Amino acid sequence: MSAARRSRVGEALAQVGACGLFLLQLLRATPASLRHARETVRQVWFTGAMSLVIIMTCGLFVGMVLGLQLYYVLSIFGGTAALGTVVSLSLYRELGPVVTALLFAGRAGTSMTAEIGLMRATDQLAAMEMMAVDPLAYVAAPRFLAGIIAMPLLACVFNALGIFGAHLVGVSWLGLDNGTFWSNMTSSVDVWTDVVNGVWKSLAFGAVVSLIAVFQGYTTAPTSEGVAYATTRTVVFSSIAVLALDFVMTAFLM
Amino acid sequence: MTQQRRSYQIGTGLFILLGFAALAYLATQTTSVANFSQGPSYRLVARFTNIGQLKLRAPVKMAGVRIGSVEAIELDPEKLDAIVRVSIDRRYASIPDDSSAAIFTSGLLGDQYVGVQPGGSPDVFKDGDEFVLTQSSMQLEDLIGKFLVNGSPSKPGDDAGKAADAPSAPPQTQH
Repeated sequence: MSAARRSRVGEALAQVGACGLFLLQLLRATPASLRHARETVRQVWFTGAMSLVIIMTCGLFVGMVLGLQLYYVLSIFGGTAALGTVVSLSLYRELGPVVTALLFAGRAGTSMTAEIGLMRATDQLAAMEMMAVDPLAYVAAPRFLAGIIAMPLLACVFNALGIFGAHLVGVSWLGLDNGTFWSNMTSSVDVWTDVVNGVWKSLAFGAVVSLIAVFQGYTTAPTSEGVAYATTRTVVFSSIAVLALDFVMTAFLM
Repeated sequence: MTQQRRSYQIGTGLFILLGFAALAYLATQTTSVANFSQGPSYRLVARFTNIGQLKLRAPVKMAGVRIGSVEAIELDPEKLDAIVRVSIDRRYASIPDDSSAAIFTSGLLGDQYVGVQPGGSPDVFKDGDEFVLTQSSMQLEDLIGKFLVNGSPSKPGDDAGKAADAPSAPPQTQH
């Protein structure tokens, strides 16, 4: 029992170590991958632009829910004028980057893992190596870079739609004053400590999610079952990593 | 194939543009950057014994309308009171020079702002002028302290006295 547990702990540690080494290899392959800039653009299209619909829909609904819930809570204290401030701060600092990263892991991370995993299972990566094309530079690094580029942009779109949703609920539906909503927001939200803080977070989350997705796909067992497990692990590990990293980053960026 | 490649490149460009547009919108329209006045302005000085929670770039309002913002807050090293420098939009150049400034709170949880009550003087404020009449921010602690020191305000005797005074009060103010 304890031996089995020890081997499982050892396996988890080995995974983390392998992931760290993979990151180093990936960074080393990144300059070479810049020659395949077109591939990176294609991945930005695939992971970023194609995720826009789900990000925008979810952003709108998260904003609307925040508007409703915080209106209820603030009305207890008679402070509904602060709705815009509270919604925008919670979106910029916390919910925007985190929810976008979780959606991104589900929408784009899984497809990265499955695609690379199938390439591995069908020996396409080995074929590339035989043709002297580095699969790290041609397959892995462009997806990694695309994730880092796409995540902050998606988080910004998410935030903007969230503010729009909260405005829709607070001002158009619950009858809050439009000027109060905006002026309280603009007087307490700061560009550097709030908006840019969220951008740093989403950059880090984009790197973590796409690193895990690419790593899981690259090191998958070359069977259909292995690809299925790798896809599941991508979602589980990147969700845990995003939420844990979020705590650490919040503590440091405060 | 090239047609398809072209279309996703354009799409990616549009996506990146949309992302940066969203970032620019968030940064300029929903943060304190939106409060920087663009037009020309002039400065006034107000001295307060206590500014409470007044912050830099807090709004300056007259009749509830934003006319400027707080530019600097410092302590006078000799008189030991707070010097608040405000910049007023040049459009509002005809503020009487006996107007008074006070620090108010917007709502229960809102931020504090400087409110200007217009006076009746024919002369107007010029750049660098100082408010003669100011009223510091209301400190909740002071109010509670006063309330505790004065005791319960609803003594029967007090009430009777007020009630007796009340009818005669309006004629007194008319004299």
